[in-house]
Parts: sequence; C-alpha cells; structure tokens
Amino acid sequence: MTGYAFTFRGAALTALGSGALWWADEGLLCVSDLHLGKSGRAARRHGVQLPPYETRDTLSRLESAIDATGAAHVLCLGDSFDDLAAAEELDETDRLWLLRLQAGRRWTWIEGNHDPGPLDLGGAHVTELTLGPLVFRHIATAGGAGEVSGHYHPKAQISARGRHMSRPAFLVDSDRLILPAFGTYTGGLRTTDPALCGLMAPSAIAILTGPTPCAIPMPRPARRG
Amino acid sequence: MTALPDRFTDWFAARGWEVHPHQRAMLDRADDPATLLIAPTGGGKTLAGFLPSLVELENGHEGLHTLYVSPLKALAADIKRNLGTPVAEMGLPIRIEDRTGDTSATRKKRQRADPPHILLTTPESLALLTSYEDAPRMFAGLKRVIVDEIHALAESKRGDQLVLALARLQAMVPGLRRVGLSATVEDPSAIARLLARHPDPCEILLADPGPDPDIAMLETEEAPPWSGGGGVYAIPAVLTAVKQHKTTLIFHNTRAQAEIFFHNLWLANEDDLPIGIHHGSLDRGQRERVEAAMVAGQLRAIVCTGSLDLGIDWGDVDLVIQVGAPKNVKRLIQRIGRANHRYNAPSKARLVPANRFEIVECRAALDAAKAHDLDGEPRGPGPLDVLCQQILIRACAGPFDADDLFAEVRTAGPYATLSRAAFDDCLDFCATGGYALRAYDRWKRLMQRDGMWQLRDPRSAARIRQNIGTIIDTDTLKVRMRGRGGAPLGEVEEGFAASLTQGDTFLIGGHIVRYEGLRELTVEVTKNPGRKPKVAVFNGTKFATSTQLSQRILRMFQQDDWPELPRHTRDWLHLQRKVSRLPEPGSLLVETFPHDGRQHLCAYGFAGRNAQQTLGLLLTKRMEDAGLNPLGFVATDYATLIWGLDRVPDPAPLFDLTALEQGLDDWLAGNAVMKRTFRNAALIGGLIEKQLQGQRKTGRQATFSSDILYDTLLKYDPDHLMMRITRVEAMRGLVDFDRLREMTERVRGRIDHVALTRLTPLAAPLFLEVGRVPIAGQAQERLLADEAAALMAEAGLTA
Repeated sequence: MTGYAFTFRGAALTALGSGALWWADEGLLCVSDLHLGKSGRAARRHGVQLPPYETRDTLSRLESAIDATGAAHVLCLGDSFDDLAAAEELDETDRLWLLRLQAGRRWTWIEGNHDPGPLDLGGAHVTELTLGPLVFRHIATAGGAGEVSGHYHPKAQISARGRHMSRPAFLVDSDRLILPAFGTYTGGLRTTDPALCGLMAPSAIAILTGPTPCAIPMPRPARRG
Repeated sequence: MTALPDRFTDWFAARGWEVHPHQRAMLDRADDPATLLIAPTGGGKTLAGFLPSLVELENGHEGLHTLYVSPLKALAADIKRNLGTPVAEMGLPIRIEDRTGDTSATRKKRQRADPPHILLTTPESLALLTSYEDAPRMFAGLKRVIVDEIHALAESKRGDQLVLALARLQAMVPGLRRVGLSATVEDPSAIARLLARHPDPCEILLADPGPDPDIAMLETEEAPPWSGGGGVYAIPAVLTAVKQHKTTLIFHNTRAQAEIFFHNLWLANEDDLPIGIHHGSLDRGQRERVEAAMVAGQLRAIVCTGSLDLGIDWGDVDLVIQVGAPKNVKRLIQRIGRANHRYNAPSKARLVPANRFEIVECRAALDAAKAHDLDGEPRGPGPLDVLCQQILIRACAGPFDADDLFAEVRTAGPYATLSRAAFDDCLDFCATGGYALRAYDRWKRLMQRDGMWQLRDPRSAARIRQNIGTIIDTDTLKVRMRGRGGAPLGEVEEGFAASLTQGDTFLIGGHIVRYEGLRELTVEVTKNPGRKPKVAVFNGTKFATSTQLSQRILRMFQQDDWPELPRHTRDWLHLQRKVSRLPEPGSLLVETFPHDGRQHLCAYGFAGRNAQQTLGLLLTKRMEDAGLNPLGFVATDYATLIWGLDRVPDPAPLFDLTALEQGLDDWLAGNAVMKRTFRNAALIGGLIEKQLQGQRKTGRQATFSSDILYDTLLKYDPDHLMMRITRVEAMRGLVDFDRLREMTERVRGRIDHVALTRLTPLAAPLFLEVGRVPIAGQAQERLLADEAAALMAEAGLTA
C-alpha cells in the first residue's frame, strides 16, 4: 500500500495512491464520489451506451483498498451513486457485493448532491459526520474548519522536463481537505479553476494520486502580469 | 454519338474553345450507370462531369437533377461560381446552389423543401441530408451524382461514408447514374470499384495527361540547415521566384511550418509583394478573403498547406513551390498540377528541401516523378465504425428492415464482401451497445417494432445528426483579439492553449500575438509585433513516406558518391559514413549515443512514420521490461529515436521480430496510439459524442476521457466491437505492422550496432521532430517524484 502521510488538524492521515483516505488511528477508510451507475444514468437520460462496467470496477478497487487497510469503518463521502435511480437500479450482483463489503465493519453514507436522501442499502445515512477534530461532509462550506469533503473531483497538473502529467489529487490546507473522486467514470476539475482557488488557502498543497503519491504546492493560474 | 445542342456548340465557338475528347466521351456515356474520368488538373475535368447534366437540363427539369460532391467546401463554392458563367451565358434554366456546413439554417431548410437543379455539397452534408425523414421527397427527381476529386476521398473514411450515402440514394432513386472525377492515381480500377454500385460495371476514361511537368530543385544561395523543417533559408530564392512569376503557390506539409515561413517571408518582403496565407486552422472569414483575393488576381503568392491541394481553379498559377519533402510521389504530382491550369501547357514546380536529409528525399521524388512511378497503398475493406454511423443515420430517417439495409450496404464497393455476422454486430452495437454484459435493455438506442428497427427515443435523432462525419478534429479552441467584438483569428489545439501562460507569444495567421487569457473557451490575444514567437502547435497532417520512395533513398545511399546532390549534402553523407555508417537495404543500422544528459538509441528502419512509431512503442515496451528506463521516443519516416535514463549496451536482442510480434498483443493493450485509434472509432461509431464547443460546460468537472472507456473495455469486455475495430484500424493505419514485418524480412536479423560518444549527422534532425511519445513507466514516476520534491523545496514546504 503506497501512501503519503500527513497531519491534518492533529489527525495522522494517509492519502492513498488509489484516491482513498486512510485514518489509521480510527481504522477509517474514506472515499468520495464513487458515482456508481453512471453509465446506466447516461443510457436512461441521453441514450448513450457507455461500457456498463464502471460499477464493478469501482467496487473492485474499493474492495482492494478495504483489504489493504483492513478498515473497521468505511465512509463514502457523497455522490456514491450517480443519482438515486442509479442506486435503485443497482444490479443484484453488485448489491450483494456491497453487502459483502459492509459485513463486519461500520459503513457510513454521506449524502451528496447526486444522491440526496437515504438509499435502500445497509449502513448509516447522514448528511455529515463529526469524528474527533474532523467533520466529513460532501461539499466544502465557506467557513469550514477541520472539514473533509469531496464533490469537486480535483486534479492537478505537474510539468517536468517538458512533460505534462495530470492526476486526480487531494487538496490540503490548514482548514480543509478535499478528496479526489474515486469512481471509475469521473473526470476532474483542475486546481487552477476559480472554484478551487477560492476555497483553498495560498499555502495549500496537492497530493497527486498514482503509483507513488507525492505532494506539490497546489498549482494555481499564473498571476496577471 | 450524342450531338451537342446548338447553344452549347455556339457557346464553345464564341469562346474559341473546342470540346475536349474526354468531354465528348463523357457525353457519349451519359447513360452509363457509372463512369470514372481520370484527367490532370486543368483538363476541363469539372466541365466534362457537368456537361451531360447541363444538356439534360436544357429543356427544364422538376426538382433536383444532379448532385455534386467534393471533399472541400471551398470547392463547392468555387464550382458554383465557375458553372454560373456558362449557365448564364447560354441562358439555361438551371438553378445551382451549394450546401455545406457553412450554409445558413434557413437556406438549408428551404433547400429541402425546394431543392435546386444542381446541388453542390460535401460527403458530410450529404450524409446529413439522407438522415431526414423527407429525404426521399427531396431526392425524388435525382438523375446524376458527380463525385469530384474522388482520389482524395478514397484516401480516408470519408470515401466509405460517401459511398454508403450513395447506396442510400440509389435505394431511393434506382436509376441514379454515377460519375467520378479523379487526378492521376496508381490504381484507377480501385477508384472505379469505390465509385460504382456493386456489381455495376464502371468504364474508366483516361484523358490526355498533357506534357511532362517542368520540375527541379529550387536553386538557393544558402545551404539548407542540418535539421528542422521550415525551409526559411530559401526565402530569398523563393521571393525571387515569386517576382518572376504571375502567381505562386507555396505548399508546406504542416500548418505550423506554413505559419513560420509566412512570417519570415513577410520580414524579407521588401517590395511588399501581396502574399497571403491559407490553412485549415485559420478563421473561415480570413480564408475566404484570401480565396477571393486569389480569384481576383490580387495576390502574387499564397503560403498554404493541404487545404489548397484540391480544387479551386486558379488559371493564373504558373509556379508551385513545395517546401519540405513531398513524402509521396502521387501527392507531389497532384500538387504540381496546381500550376498552370491551361491544357497542354507544362506545369512548373520547384522543390525546397527543408534540411539535408530532405535533399536526398526530394532527389528521389524527382526521379520517381520523371519515371511516372506512382506509389500508393491498397484500400482495405469498409471500416465498421463508419457502418455503425450509417446504421444510426438510417434510423434517423425512419423505421427500416435489417435485411434491406444489409443488401443496400453490400452494394457499396468497400462493403461488397461484408458478412451478415459483421453487419449484425454493428446493428447490435447501435441498438444495445453490444456489451457482453447486457445492461441497457430498458434503454436501448434502437428497438424493433413489427420487425422494423427504429429509434427508441425519436429525440435522439438530433444528437446523432450532430455527430455525423468521419473527420476527427483534435480539440481546438478559438483564438480572438481581446476586447468587445475582437476579430476571430483561427484555432489552436487545446493542449497548446493549456501550455500558454500570460505574455507568451505565438504565430497565427501570420500575426505574432500575445496570450492574455482564456475567456469562455476562447483564447484571447493582443497584437504584439516584434517579439520572437513561440509557435502554435497545429496537428498538421503527417503522411508517411511511401515504401517506394524509401527504397529509392536506401538505394541512393549505396552509391560511392552523389554527384547529383549539392556539395553540402554530399559532404554530410560522407561525414555520416565516416563517423558512423549509412543505412543499407540489407541490414538495420542502430546507433547509440549520449546527448543532453540522456541516453539515446536511433534505429534507421526506413519503414515510414507509422511503422517507425510502432517500432518505438514495441522497443520501449521491451526496454521497460528490461529495466532500461525509456522516457520517450519520436519517429520519422526513416528512423525511430528513443531516449531514456540508461544506456543500451546491446540493442540487437531488442529487435527480434518474434519477440516484437509477441509483444504486440501486450503492447496493443495499453498504449497511446491504441487509445487515439479507439477514440476515433468510438466517435465515428457513436459510442461517444463530439464535444461541441457551445455545449461544453465551464467550471464543472470535465467529462472523463475516452481513455478510461478504453481501459474499462480492455479489462471487462476486450472483444467488444469497438475494441475489435480499434485493433484492425491500428494494425493497418497507425500501427502499420505490415511495413515493420517487411523491414525485418529485408534486414534478416542483420543489426549493425554503432556505439558513439555523440549524436551523428543523420540523427540530428530527429531532435527537432514534434510528436514525441512519452512512456508512462518507472522513469516517469522517478521524474515526477524528483520534480515534486524540487517544487516543495522551492516553496519552502516540507514533504
């Protein structure tokens, strides 16, 4: 298991290469924006038939993260389903798979903008959850402190020797932690976007996911000259 | 023999013209189901195609009579002008209109209700027309279709799409007669098979090719540079030639090169000769102004790219200059034909090699042109992604029977041998997505009702229509001058725009502009003369040097000396022979040397750009497995250059064909070329949709890339139709494994490895090539970690 260890509000956390967050002292594994059932929703809404394998791919990567950490508590930080109908349409195999993952551990669903309201699935359904110094909610709030959120699907670009590499990224400053999207069919929002620049303090770092997670100062647009 | 009506003979006589023999022959064959005319540019080819229509229309006709299809919008507009003159002068009751992507919506609507007698259009606009439910009414009176520059369409999927549309038209109007007009090609019967309804016969008429062209290298004061592709050194000689001729076309192989050349040409243009620029990334208005000025005879020269390869009849062009090696003898001949549109006058052309290597290539091309030795690759069977799109287009027009559509598709030449199983796969893909996991039964795109296939949701027709076409553009952003109503200048690739920071300068449309910022997906710039520009990276068409030309070059290398080449080039080849050696037909030269802090390996396979690219992918994969840390590679038509962190002590084992071929499957799995090929197939086949500029959301999470879909299918459904199409396409197009096999058979295991301490004369040009392919392996992770640590340290942060 590769990870980047850092301290946030006194909590010793690890940003995993998969895009999941691991809080060893709490035995907590946190993932955001799974967007299960995205291809089904696209077919329903637009008649576009994307390969219908993103749910099993996301679940299998989630399973690997659970196995690797031995998490006692799994927290899904919202937008776990692409919409509420996607949750209802969940294939029987995938539903059983989720049940199997939930067995023997605590499981929390945080509501997201795509999946507001309770799901017909095991686990606790809450709008937010406070654990010690941290509060977990889907979308970052204006005055948030010790806040762990998702929603924006942040990604950061780094250039080395003329090569541009773009990766989903964790964003961290002294008050906020924003997780990258964990789902297979999820795009990303560049850290240079005003929405993210406005939220994150100038000292924020971006932790790039991938085989070897590493941190860089959060990339921002070049200053007006 | 069909007699030409009086007003036609009178009109020809009044102009002092004679009817060309091939124009007469076309008239005689007016009732044949299909005829292909092969004639040089300027041979009155277009009139030969239209003459039977004009004669038939002399006494009036109800509705659409003749459909003219050309690969270029500009050509449609030009034909409208040129045809308008004889029609007006003879007082013929004929209405002629064009219809392209640029035609206004109201006009298009009116054309469907009240079509002209002659409609001039493009394959894409025609495909769109056939998708409307009222298509049978619009095409009811149609008698003839003329496909102009069919040799150009035959080179891409646009040709396949066009003949599927013709099959559709023929089903509506069975008596439809087809005429194809083509430049000189190496295999006319292949074009005839594409044109004609299968299995109709198609007579091939060969017009008098005219006198041999006057072609030579342009004499220059200065020698071409050791490397690079701009041809800037030749500017004084080019300006002199422009002054000595009425109108000169200056062709370049890429848009970027055309921009640099144009910029430098103006810096040297002390006499203020009127010179314009024309290429596919320029704003439409700007292109039209250049075309109009050219027609009006106001320009002395135009710097251009393939966008002027075809069509527009400019009688005053008396010189063609080709900057950069022509890559392909057939294309060279066709470009040369742009000069001197007067029949029976020799075309005049001069070649400007951009660097020393290209001198050799230009020499070989000149020899081939003089020997009338044309090159070309055979056409493959009709691609299935285009068929998928055709099925969706057919569904937009209303319910259809699968048997009928299958029979119709098989009348199109490229699909004559299509199996029912392959057709059914495509139909299933269009209907359900065609996945091994049957997921969307409730949300099928097509469904069967009373045995007829139709759209489940008729509203989806609009989305299908928006995605018609087989030309895949890279994502581009518009460039405008800053400020309210700032003038549009053209487009740049999104990747290039992303690399810009405020204050950066680049060239577009001959202006140096300063990047100010992005505003609603438009690149805003200000004028900034005088600074040295960064260059806009356009994805110019890259042709592979043909097998035949490559062979000629290798044979030339075997000579003891090269008296036919300029001094400097001879010296260069001799120097290469001295410090390393020259590539030979019977072996493979591999050089290794350090340069700029990296280790390099250069393999001179002379297999053409695509095969050399594949060689790069396969070799870097093997090097990655061997722990040699390759970082990337670049391929040209004659060599592949790989760089990495470690030296390759013995390259010979890397080139074992069996191992390379075994690696092919693994490699096919996860590389950028496959992903690019997949994206094209997925866009054409309708799996994903083009991101239309206006619809793209700003400030939201962008849609995920097609790469993710590719990876997902590879993992869970590797035999999916789109994956099969991707493999077939890649093998014959971007992968070109056949030419790699040809190369290994030619060298029979003989690898000449030369280990050197510095780069060689022959390798030098490779360092300036664009299109570098990065390898996402261990070396990249190492780079990323180092760069991250450096950035953190610089920012005073501790990791």
